[in-house]
Amino acid sequence: MVPWLSLLVALPLIGAVIVLLIPKSAQADSQIKWFAIIWSLVPLAVASFLWFGLYNPAVSKMQFEETAMWISAINVRYHLGVDGLSMPLVWLTTLLTVLSLYYSSFTIHERIREFFFMFLLLEVGMLGVFVSLDFFLFYVFWELGLVPMYFLIAIWGHKEDRPLYSSIKFFLYTLAGSVFMLLAIIAMYINTSSATTLGTFDFIELAAKKPFANDWTFQTLAFWAIFIAFAIKVPLFPFHTWLPDAHTAAPTAGSVILAGILLKLGTYGIVRVLVPIFPQAFQANATIIGILAAISIVYGALAAMAQTDFKRLIAYSSVNHMGYVILGIAAAVAVGAAKVDDRAIALNGAILQMFNHGVITGALFFIVGMLYERAHTRALAEFGGLGAKIPVYGAILLTATFASLGLPGLAGFISEFMVFRGAFATMSVLSTISVLGIVFGAAMLLWKVIQKVLLGAFDDAKWKEKESHGIHLNDLVRFEAITVAPLIFLMVLIGVYPSVILNTINTLSTAILSAIKF
Amino acid sequence: MNLDLNLQVIAPALIVALSLLLVLLGEVFLPASQRRWLGYLALIGLLGAAVVAAMLWGANLSGFGKMVVADAFGLFLTLIILLGAALSVLLAFDFVRAHQLDTGEFFALVLSAVVGMIGMVTATDLIVIFLALELLSLPLYVLAAFKRADKRSLEAGLKYFLLGAFASAFFLYGIAFVFGGTGTTNLGRIAAVLGASPRSDVALVGMGLLGVGFAFKVALVPFHWWTPDVYEGAPTVVTAFMSVAVKAAAFGAFFRVFLVALPELAADWRALLAVIAVLTMTLGNVAALLQSNVKRMLAYSSIAHAGYILIALVAMGVNGAGSALFYLLAYTLTNLGAFGAVIALSDGTRERLELNDFAGVAKAQPLVAAALTILLLSLAGFPPFAGFTGKFFIFGAAVESGWAWLAVIGVLNSLISAYFYLRPVVQMYMVEPAGGWNRLRVAPFVAFVLAIAVIGVLALGIVPAPVIALASGGFLK
Repeated sequence: MVPWLSLLVALPLIGAVIVLLIPKSAQADSQIKWFAIIWSLVPLAVASFLWFGLYNPAVSKMQFEETAMWISAINVRYHLGVDGLSMPLVWLTTLLTVLSLYYSSFTIHERIREFFFMFLLLEVGMLGVFVSLDFFLFYVFWELGLVPMYFLIAIWGHKEDRPLYSSIKFFLYTLAGSVFMLLAIIAMYINTSSATTLGTFDFIELAAKKPFANDWTFQTLAFWAIFIAFAIKVPLFPFHTWLPDAHTAAPTAGSVILAGILLKLGTYGIVRVLVPIFPQAFQANATIIGILAAISIVYGALAAMAQTDFKRLIAYSSVNHMGYVILGIAAAVAVGAAKVDDRAIALNGAILQMFNHGVITGALFFIVGMLYERAHTRALAEFGGLGAKIPVYGAILLTATFASLGLPGLAGFISEFMVFRGAFATMSVLSTISVLGIVFGAAMLLWKVIQKVLLGAFDDAKWKEKESHGIHLNDLVRFEAITVAPLIFLMVLIGVYPSVILNTINTLSTAILSAIKF
Repeated sequence: MNLDLNLQVIAPALIVALSLLLVLLGEVFLPASQRRWLGYLALIGLLGAAVVAAMLWGANLSGFGKMVVADAFGLFLTLIILLGAALSVLLAFDFVRAHQLDTGEFFALVLSAVVGMIGMVTATDLIVIFLALELLSLPLYVLAAFKRADKRSLEAGLKYFLLGAFASAFFLYGIAFVFGGTGTTNLGRIAAVLGASPRSDVALVGMGLLGVGFAFKVALVPFHWWTPDVYEGAPTVVTAFMSVAVKAAAFGAFFRVFLVALPELAADWRALLAVIAVLTMTLGNVAALLQSNVKRMLAYSSIAHAGYILIALVAMGVNGAGSALFYLLAYTLTNLGAFGAVIALSDGTRERLELNDFAGVAKAQPLVAAALTILLLSLAGFPPFAGFTGKFFIFGAAVESGWAWLAVIGVLNSLISAYFYLRPVVQMYMVEPAGGWNRLRVAPFVAFVLAIAVIGVLALGIVPAPVIALASGGFLK
C-alpha cells in the first residue's frame, strides 16, 4: 500500500529543501521559480489522482489511512486520513499553491529563494492540518503553517500597508487562540485516560469517547477554548480585526492562500473536531454561534461597503462569506424539530461554501492584485470605466464578482442557497436576518466593484498623465489569464454541475449528523 | 555511620576534577602559544565524565553514608550539565582568545563550577548540597568578572557575589532550621521525621529559607534582581554557561529537596510556589518585552523559563519531575544555541548586542539567521521544536495534577513571549541594516555548537519519545 498522504505532505517539504540547495548563480532565481512551480504540480497531480481516481465518494469512513505510534509515552500517533470534508480542501490547497507560485514567479522580484521556500513550507502546514487525525499532530501542523505566512506578509508585504504590524497582529491573534486550544487538547487527553490506560489525541477515538461527557462545566470550557481558536482563524465576528490588515499588507499570492485556505482551517476544525467530539456543547451553544455568524454576515457586508480600498473590501467580504459557513454548521447541529435532510443540506452547503469561497475569493485576490500591479493603487475612487478599456480583465472581474454575490449558475449561489435552505429549519429568525447580508453583499459588490471599477466614464486624461510615470492600464497578459482560468472554470463547473463535489461531501455530512442525537 | 567511600558514585565529578587539575598544571607549564590545548583537555574531561555518567545509568548507586546518589534523576541532570558545559567550552575556544582572557584559568573555573553542579544534583544531604552550592558559586563569581578591563563585567561579578552570598546565608540558615526541626540533614530522613511527628513550625521556617536560597540561584521573582545586570555584564560565554548549567544544577537540588525531603509540607509550599511561578513567568516575559539589548532580553527570558519549570515542581510527582528534566534539556540546547548565535555574529571583540544590530543578518549570514530563528521559535514554544514539546509536558503535568489555572497563566505567558522572541527575527529578516555588513567568518567551533543546538532542538521536538522514557520512564499516565 502506498502511503499517499505522507507522500502528499512530504513532497512540498522536500521541494522546500531542494529550493534551499539550488546553487547560487546568475540563473538561480529563475531555476528556483521554475523548479518550485513544476515541483508543486506533483502534489496537485497526487491529490487529483487520489480524489478523482482512488477516492470512493460513497464511503464515509476515513480513506488512505496511515497509523503509526509517534510518542508512545502519551499515546500520540501519526494518524493520517481523508474523508469528504478534507479531500476537496486538500485538492484546493494543492491547486491554489500551484497558481500562487506561478503568479508569484512573475510578480515577486526580491528574495526569490526565501519566498518559494516559505511558500512550500506553508503548503506542508496546510496539507498537514487537513490530513491529520491526531490532535497533537494537527496542532503541530496548525502552528507550522503560521510561521511561513507571518514571513510572507512581513517580508513581501506592501511597504505602505504596515506589513510588520499586520503580520505580527496576524501571528499573535492566531497564537492567542491556539494556546488555549492546546490546553483543551491536554485536558481532553487527561479526561480520556484512566488509572490503567493512556488517554487519546485521536479524533476518531475522541469522537467515540466523548470527553467530559459527565462534566458539563469542563465540556463547555473545552468547547469554547477550541471554538475561539478556530473562530479567530475563520474569522468570526468579533475576532476578525486581524483579517483586513493582514490581507491588505500581504502580497497577492499570500492573500490568495490566506483567504483560500487558511481561513478554511478554522471552519474545517469546527466540523472535524467540535461537531463530532462535543455535539452536546455545540447544540447548547448553537444559538450564540448562529448569532455571531449572522452578525458576521451582515456586518461583514456593511463593512465591506464602507471600504475605499479594493483589497480591503474583498477582505471584509470574506467575513461575510465565511459567516455563511458558520451559520450552516450551527444550524445543522442546532436543537429543533428539523428533518435530518434539512440539517444535511445546511452542512453540505457550509462545506461546499468553504470550497467555493476558496475558489472565488482566491480568484478575486488575484484579480485585485493584477489591477494593483498596473495602477499602483487600490483606491476604488481612482477607477472607473475599466470594463470598456480592458475588456478581458473586466469580464473576469465580472464573473468572479457575480460568483461571489451568489448569481445562479455560478458556484457561490449553490452553496449559499443550500445553507439558507437548510438553516431555515432550525434557525429561521437568524436565517432571515442573514438574508439581509446577501442583499447588502450583492449591493456592495454591484455598487462598489462593478459600478465604481468597471462602469462609468474612463478618465482618459488622468491615465494619460499617469502613463508618463510608467503606469499602463493594459489588458490581461497571458500568465495572468492562465492563473485565473482554472478558478473561473471551477466557478462555472460547480455552478452548473455541483454534484462533482457534492457527492463527496454529502456522504460525510450524513455520517457526521447520523452520529449526533437530536 | 558507616562511611562507605563508594567512589563510583562520584566518578563523573572526579573525572571533571581531575581534568581541572590537569588544566591548572597545563596553565603553569605550557607556553602561552600552546594554551589552546587546555580547552581540548577540558572538553575531554567533560566528555569522559559524560561517558562514565552514562555507564552508571540504571545501577542506582549510593555512597558516602547515603549522602550522594547516582540515580536516574541525578544522572540525567549530570548529563545536561556536562552537555551545557561542553558546548560552552566549545563556544569559549575562540572567545577567550579574541577577548584576551586567561585561557587556563577560564577553563579551570568552568570545570570547578561543573564539579559543584554535579555535586548539587547528586547530593541527598543538605550539607553536601550546601558545599556543592558554594563550589559552583565561587568560580562563577570570578567568571562573571572575568573581563577585568570591563567595568560592567566587574560590576556583574560584584553584584553576583554579594547577592549570592546572601543566598548562601539564607540557605545555610534554612539548613539550620530544618536540622533544628527534624534533627537530621539527610533528605530521606527529614521526610520520615516530618511524616511521623506533628507539624513543626521550625522546619516550616527552614523550608521557607531554603526556598529563598534556591529562588536566588534559579532567579525567581522577587529574588531575580541580580540576573539582568549579571547576564548583561558578564562575558557572553559565561552568560551562556550560567544561564543553562546553573539553572539545571540549582533546579535539580530544588526539586530533590522539596520532593524528597519536604513532601509532607507540600500543602504549604505548593500554593506559595504557584504564586511565585506566576510572578516569575509574567514579570520575566513582560520585562523582556521592553528590552532593546539582546543579552538582557535573554536574561529576562531565562527568568521566565525558570517560572515554567517551577510549574513542574508545583505539579509534583513523576510527571512534574520528568517534564522538568525534559524541559531543562530542551532549554539548555536552545539557550546555548541562541547565545552561540550572538557570539557567531560578533565581529572580533565588537559584539552586536542591541536589537538593531541584528538588522540585515539574514542577508549577510543566512545560516546563522536561520539557526537563531529556529532557536527563538523553540524558546517561544513553537512546534515542531523542543521548546514546544517541553512546554506541552509541563502544562500537561500541571493540568493532570489539578493546577489547570497555572497552565492557563503559562500559555498566556508563552503568547506574550512570542512577541519579543520574534523581534530579533524581524530585525534579521525584515529590516535593512543602517551600516554595511562585512561578511564574517563564523568560527568552526561556534558553527558546530549552533548545528548541535539546531539538530538537537529539532530531534527533541520530533522524536521526543526516547528522551521522555529516560527522563521519567513514562509521562502523564
